[in-house]
Amino acid sequence: MNIDNGYSAKGSSVIGKPLIRQDAHDKAIGRAKYVDDRCDQGALCVRILHSTVANGIVKSINTEEAEKIPGVVRVFTCFDCEKNYFPTPGHPWSVEKSHQDIADRLLLTDHPLYYGDDIAAVVAEDEVAAAQGIRALKDQVEYEELPFVLDVFDAIKEDAPLLHEKYPGNILAHTTINQGNYDEAIKEEGLIKVEGWYDVPTVQHCHIENFECFAYGEGDDRYVCVSSTQIPHIVRRVIGQALNMDWGKFRVIKPYVGGGFGNKQDALYEPLCVWLSMQLGGRCVKIDVPREETFVNNRVRHGERFHLISWLRKDGTLAARKYEAWADQGAYSSHGHAIAAKALNACPQLYPCDNFQGDAWTVYTNKPVAGAMRGYGMPQGSYAFEAHADDCARELGMDPLAFKRLNLMPVGFVHEFSHNELYSDTFNQCFDKGDEIIGYTKKYNEYKKPQTGDVRRGIGVATYWYNTAVYPIALETSSCRMVMNQDGSIQIQLGETEIGQGADTVAAQMAADTIGLTFDKCHTVSCQDTDLTPFGTGVYASRGTYTLGFSVRKTATLLKQKILDYAFELTRMQPYLLDIVDNNIIRKTDGRILMGIDELATTALYSLDHSVHLTAETTAHIKSNAYSFGACFAEVEVDIPMCRVRVLNIANVHDCGNVINPALAEAQVHGGMSMGIGYALSEKLLFDQKTGRPLNNNLLDYKLSSFMDHPRLIGDFVENYEPTSAYGTKGLGEPPVCPVAPAIRAAVAQATGCFINEIPLSPDLLFKKFVEAGLIEKEGGEANV
Amino acid sequence: MSERQYKTVHFTLNGKPVEKNVDVRASLTDMLRNDFRMTSVKKGCEVGECGACTVIINGEAFDSCIYLAVWAEGKDITTLEGLMGPNGELADIQQAFIDETAIQCGFCSPGFILSAWEILNTGKEYTDEELRKLLSGHLCRCTGYENIFRAVKKTMLRRLGKEEEAEKVNEQGIVDTDERKPFASLDPTVQA
Repeated sequence: MNIDNGYSAKGSSVIGKPLIRQDAHDKAIGRAKYVDDRCDQGALCVRILHSTVANGIVKSINTEEAEKIPGVVRVFTCFDCEKNYFPTPGHPWSVEKSHQDIADRLLLTDHPLYYGDDIAAVVAEDEVAAAQGIRALKDQVEYEELPFVLDVFDAIKEDAPLLHEKYPGNILAHTTINQGNYDEAIKEEGLIKVEGWYDVPTVQHCHIENFECFAYGEGDDRYVCVSSTQIPHIVRRVIGQALNMDWGKFRVIKPYVGGGFGNKQDALYEPLCVWLSMQLGGRCVKIDVPREETFVNNRVRHGERFHLISWLRKDGTLAARKYEAWADQGAYSSHGHAIAAKALNACPQLYPCDNFQGDAWTVYTNKPVAGAMRGYGMPQGSYAFEAHADDCARELGMDPLAFKRLNLMPVGFVHEFSHNELYSDTFNQCFDKGDEIIGYTKKYNEYKKPQTGDVRRGIGVATYWYNTAVYPIALETSSCRMVMNQDGSIQIQLGETEIGQGADTVAAQMAADTIGLTFDKCHTVSCQDTDLTPFGTGVYASRGTYTLGFSVRKTATLLKQKILDYAFELTRMQPYLLDIVDNNIIRKTDGRILMGIDELATTALYSLDHSVHLTAETTAHIKSNAYSFGACFAEVEVDIPMCRVRVLNIANVHDCGNVINPALAEAQVHGGMSMGIGYALSEKLLFDQKTGRPLNNNLLDYKLSSFMDHPRLIGDFVENYEPTSAYGTKGLGEPPVCPVAPAIRAAVAQATGCFINEIPLSPDLLFKKFVEAGLIEKEGGEANV
Repeated sequence: MSERQYKTVHFTLNGKPVEKNVDVRASLTDMLRNDFRMTSVKKGCEVGECGACTVIINGEAFDSCIYLAVWAEGKDITTLEGLMGPNGELADIQQAFIDETAIQCGFCSPGFILSAWEILNTGKEYTDEELRKLLSGHLCRCTGYENIFRAVKKTMLRRLGKEEEAEKVNEQGIVDTDERKPFASLDPTVQA
């Protein structure tokens, strides 16, 4: 088929090329500036006092001792702040009240709802004095302690302590999907019932740059906040809401960001930081969150418990399915139910079934706040769906991959609500490619044979579904400004932020292609500044490349038209006879180069006859969405006596449509795979059941994957051009993490015969499971567990 | 509360002799960042867990966050800023990080590059397992370490004149062996 995609007809010189990212050089020589690198040395340092109760009322805080400490400037407590509740999540604001995010946060609270909640802040001349101030405050807080609840199932009990009055039963939200008639369908004769409970833990993003921001006054009652955020324009709005002031009084600047992964898709401490600066006459105030507090006081990934039932026919098809899930929200709503709802919505799309009954609840507990994290509910969902699919295959005596191929979303599937469509035979293409890379079929059959010995092997495969961007749930918009310089190069400004994923580089590639410039002539401005950058909601939902593509194409097309219109004045050739190729104005009719874009741009700006500044700015309102798919193949070796899993080989194959920059895309896949390996094998945030205190909130005790936990990572692609997309591309940022944990779970199951329904598959859990399975002998009773 | 104590430290920073009066409690990270504006020295944990603050001290890579500023006395210290030549020439390992897409958010990159620099300067040829162990003091959440591994291994091979082998590094994705290795044989931190 000949695809008319409007841009690559002439054979793109930049799209699909592994070009070096624009910021690589600065980052390789240590010149790239992040928030802390931009902060004035004279900034005041803030440390925050966190509650030592998981639920309670702060009766009083005696600040006298803390204020006496040399270097302590001021101590602010929850009693100094107005009770103006505000929402924090990085969603586009909704003008409809019913769709607005829940406003349940205060700058500092007198009713801490988790161990570590923010109750006071010390502002000091340096970090040491701020820390001393906190130490002096710690014993000066008088609490009325209240009962607390840490587990979702305890939280929904009738007598459970209630976190928020407006949410009885601690249920933030409950949504359902009902298709067909589950109760009737299960009566079909000869059905096989497969039922499972699947648990995924609370984990954290662990970007290497902790969240940090600083704020200072500017001009007449305006305030600047420089923040490590994915969503500068949204943060500006939240600051305005939190301080009950006009949003235009605030200016949010985003420099280079050292990783976000969704944690920085929330307003974190920006409102507090601006407020503190405001209390101190606009002096520069900085909040540099220590690693230990990043784990607790930013956001975490929702832990979730799934209960899945499938009723299968003997031929492997699905007669009816039941889905129940409870997501652990922690103490405040943040992104709230959107995460659990995303997984619920995905399930009947990934494995369509005529009779589906699904329920998802998001439940408050007295724990750190769960928000967005790479995959937005789908690493949780994918784990449960794929583990369950493997359990179904086992029950049927079917090859799991055959079971998946049989039941997955068929080509031509259209989702009514989102209008998403599966245009290509993506699943099978991804499976085939992965099989070829890793030798799945051969190894699966080999490892199926009975294994003996301490070290055994297995291989697994899992897939996922991912929605690019947030349409139609919420607004999708992208704005872009292009300014042509005197030499014919351009600056590109976008609301989609560079956070490490490579957004700036792909935007420049797209612009270069559409206008007809070479890549080196296109400079994306990496820093967003809400005073200067056109409005955009930031990066999340794997939307960046897809959504910025629309505004880049629209703006580049407009700019090109303006250039060609001006070229008419200089060449006397009608604009429709002209094109721009490799920085030259050419006459399409004979291909002759008429002039260089540099000459045109210089003339346009300095002409005494007709001077114009060649610029363009447009907004693309996006009303489409795209499915992203892929698969992970994992081969493991399990040392049974040691209760350790080693990933031997792992490959992810993704269909993100047309790959704009293969090198950056592959690198994104590697990062997601790494996060998935940690999710599968080692990551879990632990809490003391007696107090709610976090137990492993540091990078030694919380085990994200290290260099030694990885084999070589293989990322590959199936490129089915996405027809709804400006450049044929769709989401890739989050998807790579989704299928990893279930693939590893399946591989461990094949190696050991233990189908374990929780992660991480850490040695302590494996020991318990291997003892249960009789793989290892339990010596000396409980003490060994 | 006790009076603040200061001490003057003299050391070589990126080839240039310097001196500074520092708070005796300050970390080397603090001094390099705050007093010398060497902002490539990143703070990721400040307790020696993540490796982002790595600098080279007398040829050896250290976490500068758990190294007191006053210990710098008489030392020869290199930060990432010091790796580039006087005319802007990049070190081979810097260029390799760029070419192999080993940089994403870039926050762990300075530390990684400096550790790699130390490893490469030994002139030894390490096995894959050894390289992984040598680099494991650094955490990265973006890259999955894959492209960092490629950059370091390729540079190592190139320095040893093994250009052809370096070209094949990206192809070595699959481990294809029947030999099953007990975990203890792989992990030096586990006693067999």
